[in-house]
Amino acid sequence: MSALPTTPRPAATTALSRMTALARAELTLLGRTRGALVAALFVPLVLPVSASQAAKEMDLAKAGLDTGTFVLPAAIGFSLLFAVYSVLVGTFVVRREELVLKRLRTGELRDAEILSGAALPAVLTGLAQSLLLAAGCSVLLDVAAPSAPHYAVLGLLLGLVMCAALAAATASVTRTGESAQVTPMPLLMVSMVGSGMFVPLELLPDKVASVCELLPLTPVITLVRGGWTGDLPVSDALGALVVAVAWIAVAVFAVRRRFHWEPRR
Amino acid sequence: METNGHEHVIEVTDLRRVYGGGFEAVRGISFSVRRGEIFALLGTNGAGKTSTVELLEGLAPPADGRVRILGHDPYTERAAVRPRTGVMLQEGGFPSELTVAETARMWAGCVSGARPPAEVLALVGLESKAGIRVKQLSGGQRRRLDLALALLGDPEVLFLDEPSTGLDAEGRHHTWELVSALRDGGTTVLLTTHYLEEAEQLADRLAIMHEGRIAATGTPAEVTAAEPSRISFELPDGYFVGDLPPLGELGVAGHETDGRIVRLRTHELQRTATGLLLWADRARVELRRLDVRSASLEEAFLQIAKDVSAERATTTKEFAA
Repeated sequence: MSALPTTPRPAATTALSRMTALARAELTLLGRTRGALVAALFVPLVLPVSASQAAKEMDLAKAGLDTGTFVLPAAIGFSLLFAVYSVLVGTFVVRREELVLKRLRTGELRDAEILSGAALPAVLTGLAQSLLLAAGCSVLLDVAAPSAPHYAVLGLLLGLVMCAALAAATASVTRTGESAQVTPMPLLMVSMVGSGMFVPLELLPDKVASVCELLPLTPVITLVRGGWTGDLPVSDALGALVVAVAWIAVAVFAVRRRFHWEPRR
Repeated sequence: METNGHEHVIEVTDLRRVYGGGFEAVRGISFSVRRGEIFALLGTNGAGKTSTVELLEGLAPPADGRVRILGHDPYTERAAVRPRTGVMLQEGGFPSELTVAETARMWAGCVSGARPPAEVLALVGLESKAGIRVKQLSGGQRRRLDLALALLGDPEVLFLDEPSTGLDAEGRHHTWELVSALRDGGTTVLLTTHYLEEAEQLADRLAIMHEGRIAATGTPAEVTAAEPSRISFELPDGYFVGDLPPLGELGVAGHETDGRIVRLRTHELQRTATGLLLWADRARVELRRLDVRSASLEEAFLQIAKDVSAERATTTKEFAA
C-alpha cells in the first residue's frame, strides 16, 4: 500500500522497554522545568546546612548521636521529600492536566508502568543525591563508614518507593498544577518536625515520640541512621520495616482506588 | 464474529455510559463495524460521540452493555487489544516542552512493532517540524502529530476522535486521503466528526448520534434516502395553495406555508418538480425564489435533531399534563 510502506519491525514492547521510553522523556522534561530542577537539585543540598546549625544547640549525645549521624539521615530525608516526593506530585498533576496520562493510557503501557516510568527520573535523582550527600557528610562531618550498611540501603530503598507512592496518592487529591505547590506541604512539615529530621525522636516526650514513629518517613530515617550508628536493635528495625511497608501499601491502595487519569472538568 | 464472511472488528451492544454526577451520556447504543470499513459517528457537540469512543478505546468501563474490539473487551483485556489499536484523542495529550521528534520517539518506545518515528512524521507532513517543541505547534500541526502517533504501530483498528478539527481545508483533505488509503490497506477506522462533509466523503457507513442515542444508521446514501427532498417557492400574486394541482398527485408527502412561501416535501423529486413546473408553465406564472434540493446528509442531520427535540418537548408536555 502506498501510504504505509512496510519496514522491518522491532519486536513487541516489554514493561521495561515501555517504562524506559517514558522515563527518558520525563528526564528530558525534568531538565527543562526550572522549578522542578531547583527543588530536585538545590533544596536538598542547602537544607542540611540549617539542620547542622540546629544540631549544635541540641543535646545529641543524649540521643546517642553526633552532628554527623544526625545530619546525614536528615539530609537523605530532605532529598526524598523535595527531590522525589514534591517533584513527583507536580509531575503527576501536570501530566494529568496536559492529558498526557490519558494519552498514555490509550496505549500498551499498564497503569502501574505509566506512574513508575514517570517517577523513575525523580527516583534516580533522589538516589544519586542521597549517595552524594552520604559521601559529602562522611568527608565534611567526619562520619565513619556505616557499621550496618544493610539497614541504610533498606531504609533508602523503602524511602524512594514510599515517596513515589505517596506522591501519586497526593496527586489523587490535587486538582491543578497550582494546588500541587500546596498539597505536598503537610507531609513535608510533618516529616521535618516529626520524623527525626530536625529533632531526634529521643529528645521528644515519650508519648509524642511513639506517635511520631508511625509517621511515613520516620522508619526511613531510623533505618538510615541505624545503618550508620550500628546500634539499631533488630526488633526496632523490623518495626520500622513494618511501618514503612504499611505506608507504601496504603499509598498504593489509595492510588488504585482514587487516582484520576484525566482532569475533572 | 463472522457474518456473511465479513469479520466484525468492532461490536457494540446496548452500550450505556453514566458519569459520576448521574449524567447518562450514552443511552443504549448498538452497532458493528466490519474489517476494512470506515465507520463515522456523527453528531452535534454533546451528542455522546466522545463518550462512546472512550468506551471503545477501553479508557473506561461501560455502565451497561458490551464492547468487543477484535473479539476482546478493550477495558478488561487491555493487553490483548492495545497492541492492535491506534488512538487519536480529541485533544493532544503531549508534554508541551518535548520536541516533536522526542514525543514520537517516546511513543514509539511504547508501541509494539513501531515504525521509525521519522517515517510517520513524514506521512503527515511534519518532518520539517521534528526539532520544534510541541507547545510551538499550531492546533492543526498538533492534530497531525496525534494522527502520526496513532499510526506508529500500523494498527488494525484506528480510533479517530474529530481528526480534522482545527485543520485548514488543505490539511483536512490530506487527512481524508490518508485515512482512505489506510482503509484501502485493510485498516478498520472508527471516527467521530461534526463535519457532515467529512462523514459523506469518508464513511462507508455512519451513525448519527443525538442525546446519547443512535437516531439513524446506514450508508450515507441510505441515511439520506430516508429523508424527503424539498421544493420551496413563492406563490404567484393572486394565487392560493388551493390553486396548485392536487399535491397528492404530484407525489408530495407534506407541505407547509409561511406567508407567501410554500414548502413541499417529497420522496419523488422528479415527479413533483415536473408536475409543479408544467403547471406553472401552463398557467404562465413565474415561481419566484424557486429552490429544489435533493435530500442531503445535512437535511437528515438537522431533521433528526429537530424530530428528537420535538418528541422530547411533547413528552415533557404530557408529563406536565
